[in-house]
Amino acid sequence: MFKILRDLLRYNTEFLIGFVLTGAIFLFAAAHFFAPYPDNAIYMLPPDMPPSAEYWLGTTSRGQDVLWQMSAAIWNTMTFGLTVTVISRFLALAMGMTSGYLGGRTDQALMTINDTLIALPNIPILLLVYFVMRDQMSWPILALTAALLGWNYDARLIRSVALSLRTREFTRHAVFAGMSVPQILIRQHLPYVMPVIFFTAMNNLIWAIGLEVTLSVLGFSDINRPTVGGMIYWANQHQAIIAGIWWWIAFPIIAIVLLFLGLFLLAISVNEYIDPRSRLSRMGG
Amino acid sequence: MDGFSKYLVRRVFQFFLVVFLGITLAFLITNLSPVDPVEQTVSLMTNFGATDPRAVELMREALRELYGLEGTVLEQYAAFWSRVLRGDFGPSLSSFPTPVMSLITAALPWTIGLLTLSLAFTWTLGNLLGALAGYFRSNLALKLAGAAVMALHPVPAYIIGLVLLLIFGFAWPVLPISGGAQMNLTPGFTWDYIRSILIHGTLPALSLVLVGIGSWFISMRSLVSNIVTDDHVVYAELGGVASRKIFSQYVARNALLPQLTGLALSLGNIFGGAVIIEFLFNYPGMGRLLIQGIYRGDYSLVLGVTTMSIIAVAVAVFIIDLVYPLIDPRVRLG
Repeated sequence: MFKILRDLLRYNTEFLIGFVLTGAIFLFAAAHFFAPYPDNAIYMLPPDMPPSAEYWLGTTSRGQDVLWQMSAAIWNTMTFGLTVTVISRFLALAMGMTSGYLGGRTDQALMTINDTLIALPNIPILLLVYFVMRDQMSWPILALTAALLGWNYDARLIRSVALSLRTREFTRHAVFAGMSVPQILIRQHLPYVMPVIFFTAMNNLIWAIGLEVTLSVLGFSDINRPTVGGMIYWANQHQAIIAGIWWWIAFPIIAIVLLFLGLFLLAISVNEYIDPRSRLSRMGG
Repeated sequence: MDGFSKYLVRRVFQFFLVVFLGITLAFLITNLSPVDPVEQTVSLMTNFGATDPRAVELMREALRELYGLEGTVLEQYAAFWSRVLRGDFGPSLSSFPTPVMSLITAALPWTIGLLTLSLAFTWTLGNLLGALAGYFRSNLALKLAGAAVMALHPVPAYIIGLVLLLIFGFAWPVLPISGGAQMNLTPGFTWDYIRSILIHGTLPALSLVLVGIGSWFISMRSLVSNIVTDDHVVYAELGGVASRKIFSQYVARNALLPQLTGLALSLGNIFGGAVIIEFLFNYPGMGRLLIQGIYRGDYSLVLGVTTMSIIAVAVAVFIIDLVYPLIDPRVRLG
């Protein structure tokens, strides 16, 4: 595992940049545990201060330090993203592996349901969930809803891998050796599916974080919990752009773009590592 | 039954399944929620001062009837279906007494226009660039274009839209950042009005293009770079077929099929992006209607827009499915 990491860092520039970016942002987010101010305290500092030696990234109109707000916000946003990713991985794994292994009519039925769910527009459904929950909306509920909507693509991908494993020699051996279906799936097939899981997890994380940013920018989540989108929401509420408090909106945007860039570079370089065909074409083969 | 009819029957079945499940889901979400929409609306209306308790009780009854919340769950479910089929979601509370359905029919053409134009542009351009980048792998300009669209690809729609809004609305104000057309023009087939629509649509459409183009580019490039090493392409190259012909007939055409399937599969997501962009640019489509409905606590409007979006996306997916046999002879001939 460490050897792979070392090689990727040494030979793959995209992975290196992605790793450094994501790592730096993670450390920055983790720093909020040592923040001098509580996360959701408002009007603690003089409002609307531009970036200075005392407040590196300025203060908001709500009297918060932009730097420490952002640190806590990125942490919360990443927690949300990871929660969605983990839950939806389990769903995609269960659905994809079962469908691919059982095949035939079961496969057809499960994939019909899967394709039906793909065709439903996510955002209107999430907005409807928020609308009917309103004040009782909390981030775990939002994460659960997002996870329930975010596994279909990857279930399809996992299914295609499972479908090819099904006809392999070792699967037949396992069946003749008397292993049950769950045993075969977990002990024999899971190791082959794991790389796909890692790759889809990166993409899903990017999707989930994007979703969280989008919903909280509109104020459709717990607005008192600092998140990156939430910061932009409050900046919009205080008309920060018109008032000229650019640092309140510019720094969160830069942070989001860097975070996405880092995760995305990691995702494509990990994909390249997993899929040897793209490594070959990279070498000019 | 020949291949095409079989294909058609399966697609029609899928279409009805999507609509059925989507509407059932919308019903379940609104019904299982712990918050009673009637109480919510009542508290919204009685917020500003005391109201006669008898009036409140009457209001409750009226709302219960209006929202179709009378009787058992099954009766409510049947009532919900009959409202969907009749296209009657009752009056909107935030713009009383306009029916929700007429708000939706006013908004729908804007969304369809914006989405169709920007999506056609995104899909064509993304696939073309991606195919070229996959075929001419050493071209520097294509590499740079690839890096640019790929860097934009993971950024959420709202952020891209917001940055464009800041650039073209504040830093260099050349394009309108709000609305669908100029207010003082009378709608009609006049050059001024159409020009105004196009100018107002530029920024929302540009945001949607920038959001969407990366994923088409990436998948097309990897599809093409896989097909390039296929036997039939190598054979054509050795046989001296012109590289322009190899590119368009042998490579790009084969790679286009999964991309069309991809379009059908991702339409739901693309619609979600459009919702956000419409709201950001105050574009008079379904997205703005939905989000405004949420801010104003308009239950019938939100439910109506969500339901109609599910149906609209399903119809669009179905249309793409109908186009698919035209470019894939395997489906046509069976």
